[in-house]
Amino acid sequence: MNSSIIEIKKPIISIQNLSVSYEKGKNAVNKVTADIKKNSITAIMGPSGCGKSTLLRAINRMHELYPNIKTEGKILLNDQDISRLSLIDLRRKVGMVFQHPNPFPSMSIYDNVISGYKLNGIRQKKSKRDDIVEKSLQDVALWSEVKDSLFKKGNFLSGGQQQRLCIARALAFEPDVILLDEPTSALDPIATSKIEELLVKLKKDYTIVMVTHNMAQAARISDQSIFMYLGDLIEYGKTKVMFTNPSDKRTEEYLTGKFG
Amino acid sequence: MTARPIKNSIFKGAVIVFSLIAITPILLIIYELVRKGYKQINISFFTEVAPSTWDAMMANNNGELIPGGILNGITGTLLMVFVASIIAIPIGLITGIYLYENAGKRYANVIRSISDILQGSPSIVIGIIGYFWVVKYITNGFSALAGSVALAIMMLPLIIRSTEETLKMIPQTIKEAGLALGVPYHKIIMRVLIPTSFSGLVTGILLALSRVIGETAPLLITALGSPMVNFNLDKPASAVPLLIWEFYNDPNMVNLIWSSSLFLVVFILTMNLISKKIAPKKN
Ligand SMILES: Nc1ncnc2c1ncn2[C@@H]1O[C@H](COP(=O)(O)OP(=O)(O)OP(=O)(O)O)[C@@H](O)[C@H]1O
Ligand SMILES: [Mg+2]
Repeated sequence: MNSSIIEIKKPIISIQNLSVSYEKGKNAVNKVTADIKKNSITAIMGPSGCGKSTLLRAINRMHELYPNIKTEGKILLNDQDISRLSLIDLRRKVGMVFQHPNPFPSMSIYDNVISGYKLNGIRQKKSKRDDIVEKSLQDVALWSEVKDSLFKKGNFLSGGQQQRLCIARALAFEPDVILLDEPTSALDPIATSKIEELLVKLKKDYTIVMVTHNMAQAARISDQSIFMYLGDLIEYGKTKVMFTNPSDKRTEEYLTGKFG
Repeated sequence: MTARPIKNSIFKGAVIVFSLIAITPILLIIYELVRKGYKQINISFFTEVAPSTWDAMMANNNGELIPGGILNGITGTLLMVFVASIIAIPIGLITGIYLYENAGKRYANVIRSISDILQGSPSIVIGIIGYFWVVKYITNGFSALAGSVALAIMMLPLIIRSTEETLKMIPQTIKEAGLALGVPYHKIIMRVLIPTSFSGLVTGILLALSRVIGETAPLLITALGSPMVNFNLDKPASAVPLLIWEFYNDPNMVNLIWSSSLFLVVFILTMNLISKKIAPKKN
């Protein structure tokens, strides 16, 4: 199987033999090994239930919240074992955006963007905070739309705007890596294409790992693709190569719509 | 094709008729209270304590309004409800949060059951608990404190339940958003979950308050009642429902029953309306 895994020099993330199980003896992610390339977009694809979200959430140790979930194997971030990092350090370096936009309902737009600092008790001068908020909102192309209502709650925003707000919230921490779990599946095509543009722009400064159900989306914006099936990593390669010349039959069947 | 609209309108008609039947008693009660009670409601109703039987009798004989008011009841109710809130709100919120956090665990289930039993207990039983705990051992006599404790025990299960239910309405992803930022769990509870469910929590508290404000039975054997305005927790105190009970037992004071009841009903209705107003809207 390792023949269908590309080699990445100086990876920012190195997933080694990772298994995750929700129930004993049943791996939702099964001995996955993959390196993630810096400043690029890596898409994780595969049919529903194949373990994409589970794999993604292992990268920022989201599973630790649930005591029944067991994780084996190792993940390195910049050559450091993530299990040795404190949760706050890890999550400052690895931001996350979820499938459904989830801004904090009780907070203003401004407070949402700065919430990572505020909720962790990281103090800053007001001018610095203002800068972070403006820059993050600029980065997600939301600044001009909300700059006059920064102190209003974000519930009047459209779904796409809310999702961009959530990306801004993740960016405000200046992470190295952003994990996104089907970030556009709840959005309409116009909002989707805006987020896609944004991600392509962001990879200059960040490394992006994205779960997507949408093969066309993976083809449009990702540099590398991972194809998973029943918890196994089946194929991992350059997106262009994988989409034109998949080396595994199951990948080919998935890409041609035979299942999924 | 035509059967459906007919069925629909029959159904609609039935719904309207039955709703009218259901609210008729309420409207009748309010009508009666207003008709019989409004005359006694004037400034002294709010600024003077309840009259003596003698004064009331004299007034009745002369065909005058009964003098005095229900100030001792109002202050007693406010005092006891305030102290009960100080006891019940923090304990209720913390317990509710605990149950939410530990849903499904054994210990939490036990606490939830106890809370449910408490909620189902007749209020006189709660009064007896207050009597044995406070009247006998702490204040060595009937006291406002004993009344407050009894009311607090009645409020507790209501606040616990509403807190747990309100928190359950918050989507898991809001919690995960906080976790993904590395925020410690206790801070997520304090600074994300509670502010997010704030209006729901307040609604639950207001409903608990409006539930206990009208309670008479538990106060009879704890706070007892008092003809004076009393802010001393150690001493007996009156309450509006206690006064209504006293008026009921005194043939000379019958006219005051209606005005005091009107006051209590309007007060509780207002609180209910406020809590409905701020209740969280699902979207
Ligand atoms: N909380 C959970 N408890 C138990 N099993 C779970 C849980 N979450 C996921 N699973 C199981 O783990 C496997 C992988 O789930 P995962 O959510 O990672 O799939 P996915 O590839 O993200 O699917 P989708 O495309 O539908 O989001 C599935 O078989 C699923 O049933
Ligand atoms: Mg998923």
